[in-house]
Amino acid sequence: MKVTYYPGCSLEGTARDYADSIHDVCAHFGIELQEVPDWNCCGATAAHSINHKASIELGARNLKLAARQSNADMLVPCPLCYNRLKTAAWALEEKGGGDYDIQLDSPAPRIWDLANFFATEEMLNKLGENLKKPLDDLKVVCYYGCMASRPPHITKAPDYENPQSMDRIVKALGGKALPWPYKTDCCGASLMVTRPDMGYRLVGKLYDMAQRVGAQAIVVSCQMCQANLDMYQKQIEAEWGRSFAPPILYFTELIGLACGLPAVESWLSRHMADPRPLLREVRLVA
Amino acid sequence: MQRNGLSPDYTFLEEVEAAGPFSVSECFQCRKCTNGCPATFAMDLYPDQVIRLAILGLKDEVLRSKTIWVCAACETCSTRCPNGVRIAELMDFLKEMAVVEGVAIPQPQVVSFHQTFLDNIRYTGRIFEGGLLGAYMLRSGQMGSMVKTGAWKDQVQLGWKMFRKGRLPLLPKSIEGKAEVAAILRPSK
Repeated sequence: MKVTYYPGCSLEGTARDYADSIHDVCAHFGIELQEVPDWNCCGATAAHSINHKASIELGARNLKLAARQSNADMLVPCPLCYNRLKTAAWALEEKGGGDYDIQLDSPAPRIWDLANFFATEEMLNKLGENLKKPLDDLKVVCYYGCMASRPPHITKAPDYENPQSMDRIVKALGGKALPWPYKTDCCGASLMVTRPDMGYRLVGKLYDMAQRVGAQAIVVSCQMCQANLDMYQKQIEAEWGRSFAPPILYFTELIGLACGLPAVESWLSRHMADPRPLLREVRLVA
Repeated sequence: MQRNGLSPDYTFLEEVEAAGPFSVSECFQCRKCTNGCPATFAMDLYPDQVIRLAILGLKDEVLRSKTIWVCAACETCSTRCPNGVRIAELMDFLKEMAVVEGVAIPQPQVVSFHQTFLDNIRYTGRIFEGGLLGAYMLRSGQMGSMVKTGAWKDQVQLGWKMFRKGRLPLLPKSIEGKAEVAAILRPSK
């Protein structure tokens, strides 16, 4: 099947591991990704914080370009991009679009959060059929962060207080997704740069709870969450006076692992907290 | 006119609602927003207090607060408000107003980050992560404090590690429509 694909800026840089895993996993399942031609940055937190009009128009330009491709579905791996595109679509299509200089001339494709796309019944069945190495001994918590769920009038997420997509995916891959209370608690996003003290406190709280419920790793679908949880472990451990060091895995990497895709180790090698010792322990990599 | 809780001036509320609407006056002060907020430990006003002060017309108090800038925009407040008050969206509106009106901002590095980010998009149409952090540190003056505390070593180490892992591109990628994007990003009035 052909789908429109909006990668977002990070996937061309710091989240190359996520991008590579998405390309290989989609190819494995016969999903052809057609990138939105000449897409622009979604504006992220910066635009919606200090330039509301631009935050909608940046999304509007992307949606216009996406509408020119004739695909019904658009996949968006970054939940912040997803949220901004959904917000633009909401402002232009549902709210009336009054004050914005860019309007849509044809309807935008259906905008999918990537994890939700892989958690439809059809895709879960396909995951089950393609299992080569079930994640039998792996116990994880799924961390969703904010932007794929909230606010629900924009995302239309039915389970915004207790999202299930990645839990279902982990289960379909044979792993164990432990219940825990911080699935949608904020990682601090760009405050990790501007107020690292706040970031360390917010992320430390997640490590602490993941450890308390017995998780061996934290599974994410957001490269901003991944970066915040993966890159500052030394500083956060020093701040908390505790040892945490959980590997932070993308759900697409777990799909690649369980389906035996050859490039998995190259994705994993780009992480800061090396997940390979854990994965060797549970006999998922050699 | 002296504004206080006993003689509220609703013109600010009217201005806010005309730009929203954010349903600010629907608030009945249940404090669900504040109880679910992950960032209250860094705030000088709680989210419910921002709402109350906005209703009462105490514009300067909310625009000069730290709260609007340490808000992580996680949307938990808006999601849980039983009355549909768009609290996080109001925080954004207040941030933009504070910048446009030139209010003294108590968390200047947060504004610097946002401005650096938007400039970065303005040049090429996309974010170039390789240049973002350095530009931010120069603009916000964080470079100086990093040199003083020695935190710069951590940053350099992290950058080097990212580069070695192939996650830090050295050249920005320009899009064809960058002029269109720059036009979208004209400063807000």
